[in-house]
Amino acid sequence: FYLTPPQVNSILKANEYSFKVPEFDGKNVSSVLGFDSNQLPANAPIEDRRSAATCLQTRGMLLGVFDGHAGFACAQAVSERLFYYIAVSLLPHETLLEIENAVESGRALLPILQWHKHPNDYFSKEASKLYFNSLRTYWQELIDLNSGETTDVKEALINAFKRLDNDISLEAQVGDPNSFLNYLVLRVAFSGATACVAHVDGVDLHVANTGDSRAMLGVQEEDGSWSAVNLSYDHNAQNEHEVERVKREHPKSEEKSLVKQDRLLGLLMPFRAFGDVKFKWSIELQKRVVESGPDQLNDNEYTKFIPPNYHTPPYLTAEPEVIHHKLRPQDKFLVLATDGLWETMHRQDVARIVGEYLTGVHHQQPIAVGGYKVTLGQMHGLLTERRARISSVFEDQNAATHLIRHAVGNNEFGTVDHERLSKMLSLPEELARMYRDDITIIVVQFNSHVIGACQNED
Amino acid sequence: AAGMFLRLLSDVRWQVANPKWRRMTCSQRSTSSTAEPHPVSLPAQAQVVICGGGIMGTSVAYHLSKMGWKDIVLLEQGRLAAGTTRFCAGIVSTARHVSIERKMANYSNKLYQQLERETGVKTGYVKTGSISLAQTQDRLISLKRIASSLNVMGIPCEIITPKQVAQLHPLINIHDLVGAMYVPEDALVSSANVSLALATAASRNGVRIHERTSVSHVSVQKGRVTGVETDRGQIQCQYFVNCAGQWAYELGHSGEEPVNIPLHACEHFYLLTHPLKEPLASDLPTIVDPDGRIYIRNWQGGILSGGFEKNPKPLFTEGRNQLEIQNLQEDWDHFEPLLSALLRRMPDLEALQIMQLVNCPESFTPDMRCIMGESPTVRGYFVLAGMNSAGISYGGGAGKYLAEWMVDGYPSENVWPLDLKRFGTLQSSRTFLRHRVMEVMPLMCDLKVPRWDFQTGRQLRTSPLYDRLDAQGARWMEKHGFERVKYFVPPGKDLLDLDQSKTFYKPDWFDIVGSEVKCCKEAVCVIDMSSFTKFEISSAGDQALESLQYLFSNDLDVPVGHVVHTGMLNEKGGYENDCSIARLSKRSFFMISPTDQQVHCWAWLKNRLPDDSSLTMEDVTWKYTALNLIGPRAVDVLSELSYAPITPEHFPSLFCKEMSVGYANGIRVMSITHTGEPGFMLYIPIEYALHVYNEVMNMGQKYGIRNAGYYALRSLRIEKFFAFWGQDLDAFTTPMECGREFQVKLEKGMQFVGQEALLEQKQNGVYKRFTMFILEDHDTDMDLWPWWGEPIFRNGRYVGKTTSSAYSYTLERHVCLGFVQHFDEKTGEELVVTADFINQGEYEIDIAGQRFQAKAKLYPFSSLFTHRRRKDEVELSGYQRE
Repeated sequence: FYLTPPQVNSILKANEYSFKVPEFDGKNVSSVLGFDSNQLPANAPIEDRRSAATCLQTRGMLLGVFDGHAGFACAQAVSERLFYYIAVSLLPHETLLEIENAVESGRALLPILQWHKHPNDYFSKEASKLYFNSLRTYWQELIDLNSGETTDVKEALINAFKRLDNDISLEAQVGDPNSFLNYLVLRVAFSGATACVAHVDGVDLHVANTGDSRAMLGVQEEDGSWSAVNLSYDHNAQNEHEVERVKREHPKSEEKSLVKQDRLLGLLMPFRAFGDVKFKWSIELQKRVVESGPDQLNDNEYTKFIPPNYHTPPYLTAEPEVIHHKLRPQDKFLVLATDGLWETMHRQDVARIVGEYLTGVHHQQPIAVGGYKVTLGQMHGLLTERRARISSVFEDQNAATHLIRHAVGNNEFGTVDHERLSKMLSLPEELARMYRDDITIIVVQFNSHVIGACQNED
Repeated sequence: AAGMFLRLLSDVRWQVANPKWRRMTCSQRSTSSTAEPHPVSLPAQAQVVICGGGIMGTSVAYHLSKMGWKDIVLLEQGRLAAGTTRFCAGIVSTARHVSIERKMANYSNKLYQQLERETGVKTGYVKTGSISLAQTQDRLISLKRIASSLNVMGIPCEIITPKQVAQLHPLINIHDLVGAMYVPEDALVSSANVSLALATAASRNGVRIHERTSVSHVSVQKGRVTGVETDRGQIQCQYFVNCAGQWAYELGHSGEEPVNIPLHACEHFYLLTHPLKEPLASDLPTIVDPDGRIYIRNWQGGILSGGFEKNPKPLFTEGRNQLEIQNLQEDWDHFEPLLSALLRRMPDLEALQIMQLVNCPESFTPDMRCIMGESPTVRGYFVLAGMNSAGISYGGGAGKYLAEWMVDGYPSENVWPLDLKRFGTLQSSRTFLRHRVMEVMPLMCDLKVPRWDFQTGRQLRTSPLYDRLDAQGARWMEKHGFERVKYFVPPGKDLLDLDQSKTFYKPDWFDIVGSEVKCCKEAVCVIDMSSFTKFEISSAGDQALESLQYLFSNDLDVPVGHVVHTGMLNEKGGYENDCSIARLSKRSFFMISPTDQQVHCWAWLKNRLPDDSSLTMEDVTWKYTALNLIGPRAVDVLSELSYAPITPEHFPSLFCKEMSVGYANGIRVMSITHTGEPGFMLYIPIEYALHVYNEVMNMGQKYGIRNAGYYALRSLRIEKFFAFWGQDLDAFTTPMECGREFQVKLEKGMQFVGQEALLEQKQNGVYKRFTMFILEDHDTDMDLWPWWGEPIFRNGRYVGKTTSSAYSYTLERHVCLGFVQHFDEKTGEELVVTADFINQGEYEIDIAGQRFQAKAKLYPFSSLFTHRRRKDEVELSGYQRE
């Protein structure tokens, strides 16, 4: 049984979302033209999350993808909360005071973020009060701390990540009188999530990454071809520095048991993550919380299970690595995506496919026969393949959708094969996860003119 | 790469004295070229200067010198045959849709065949034959129509089965074919060498050829060519011939007095391969697969294959300085559909190795026909260009016709379809040309069905009523840039359905037009005929009358208020124009001509009217909207609207009066129609157009008025045997040959143009006769419809061709109009055609190879003229135009 092309399209496009930055009259022109995002689930329900928002009290735009594991609870919480933590970290002292005063006196709060959400991207209503209180505690501390220095973006990102992870941990330890919330905070803490977040402000691009999602910059070379620049490092067993770091942080006696089968303690793929208190808390704390927790938690084999060779926690951190990049006119777009994409596609192909999509097909390298020996048949094959590539561009109105189409449907020639695409998308729920992972993609398009102008000013 | 091509495509090179020239790039137009010494300095003067050393320029030089003109200079900016000519695929084919094009190609073929013998230059001429394939039945019909026409021209041609195709060509996949047309005498040549051979012969006849000399502009004084400016100095001359190919447009605009030559270049690709393992024979027929949009010829043991893609790439829109021809890129992605078609047609070629994809720009014109003739604005300025990728096929014939035009004053054939004067300034916008050629180039391969219209470059000239009519369901066609209504789709009809009326059979508008015709016959219809060309000619004294009496064959010295139908004849008595002239006052005349006469008629009169400041001629086409009220109740509508008596006593036939209609005053009302039905033409100053139209429609309601279009008009005029200039009448047709002696006043007391020729015809008889044919055994629903150009057979022998046809809703038969000739059975000599000869034959009309019996008539059915007017006022004239 096959899906028809319209059926395929309706599956691929179900979660697509696009945002265009409105053009203002001369001032406040953004270096971001807009972004396309999309998700394709493999887990049921999907464990990936995405967020995008514009900072209203400071300049800049935040975009992030979050890959959950052991459930979606942690990824959901991080996708709701992290940008508030970052925004607050970036706020100047006066604004923090103003906000605190407003809350104190019950006045209307200055809006901090303008979210750009697909209808399926939800926020939990029940936890909002709890989350708000934790956030307020954070900014109150920031006010008390008042260093007087201007906020460094890199530092703000690191602080926000660490603080949120800390709050998640604390909320789980403290618990909540409301049983639903109590269960929620525990689920958030016991599940995990990676995060890859970009902050764009003019020509300053910061990427904070925790885990194995990835940020990649698409660069157009002078000859029109596309190349990829990594703006994050994967935190997993393939990253030597990461393995060394983990080993450095624990006694030599544990060296052999730390990383087994390319997993942390033989269990966890990402080496950094939010939540996952099972890799952070002491055994005693874990036992105490689980035992005093609700029955659902107690009955869960996973939460009760203590990782083997668990001697010197914490083994896991949410601290991100932050890369700062000055945007140049040739930097045309940024791709943030969970590992579901990167497992199936090389970043070079991602750069080319998105680049060709965004610029139209005109930049395909022309073919010249020159002195080569080419037969009519060979040439015909090559041309048909090139045309197929072009026609698939026109089907999509969203760069992220286009990329997913390629990630799932590509054949050995690098062109979308409808039959394959149809097969992959019609897999039953229980099988889907064996063939592919959840995929979440955000493609941010930059405004080269604005970037060029900013460069000249500098 | 350019150098390589000359070697590949030609075996012989033009011998030039100075070998240094070879190293120069060919299309340089730099002014610094004086650094390069030229062996022969340019002459100070010549009778003729030809610009362009491609196939056209050399062919014109060849024919002019053969006809005895010796003082000719040919200038080529690069090297001879270095432009499009060099890259041309070299296919000489007579399989063309238009009669004059077939004639040119046929002559070219015969010329090239003997050229090597004549000049000693190897032309690479090989008689391979050509096979045009049909993948659909409609395509086969189209081919059969061509085959019928070729056969009566004496060109061997047959419709063959797919199996026969396979026997003629070993590589062809025939599974998707329904048939084909085989023209065994079509040929292949090296076009560059043909051009060099023509140059060689011309040069022997005294033509002086100068390469690497660019014309910067043409000097004009008092509307005549006086000389050319080149990068190597000036040449005074009487005649200039622009054969600059795709640069012709630009060259035309380079002078102070612009000459509009509407053509535009498109990239054109073809593929060259290495030889097959078993090299293809050099006499293997050329394959044309129009449904696959490709042609395939053998080339040095391999193949050469190109085509006309659906999405052409126009270039040089902003002029020539963008790119040199040699540097044009190969574009494989663009060629992909054509390559697919090639491999589908010849699957065995898969393993064949590519040599090169050649990008060779071709120039295209707004109507797919080439451009020939003298500029309407500059006398002595001739043009031959815009070959729509058939330059080598037309080269010989086109050069011959143009040479005849220059030497004799007009070619030996009617070339109006190719005449530069069919265009005006309105077709010269670069945007228009760019858009139109993008439509024209794919049309090269599209099916040519009757009555197709161009889609691009539309809504340029419109009547003030355009929007009103459009809202009422008008479907439009275009003539000379003017939008005209074909018919009105009644509300409720499926519009989409109606737009797909491309068929060789009964079209879907049949009933719609039928009801419009019925309304014209029984009630009253209004047709917007604003596109007519309208001139006003007046003078202080009698100059206007005297000049017009000389230029027109009918007597124009009629009482004021009378309208005269008259031909504007040439010296041979042929129709240069067919018009009606109203005498507005003693000294002023209002002249109505067909739409496409706007440029030609103006130039004709300008060149012949005396240079007298008191004589003025004005083109007032744009000032008047013309509405035709047609039908028996027209008189009622008009009299109610004007409160004026319109009875025959007050307003006889062929009368013109200024009167008020509704609130509007100064409407020129003429008691003529162009169909033989009773009715009136209203010439309305454009600001009153909407008002008058509304008044007419409101008042007409009680008489059953409705809108009608040109298709209804056409059916009405053809069933009444009315000839139409440009379709039935041309410069080679005299009033005597189409039964219009009564429009000629041989004894009007003064001489007029064409008088002698007509007197002679009156004495000796005519050699062709305009005849009406009623198809007898033709099933309107099932059989192919006639169009025009169908061969006419009398007692089984070919006697002529139809010129127009229509279904007569009154006779319920198809009517064809055409000319009958009388060829001596033994010698083929043309004999006088008598009424007896016409009346005593058994006739058949050949529609795409199928013959239908027809009844010939020399006079219209008088029963069709059912007038409310007095019988004796019925105008039995064959007079009509569209």
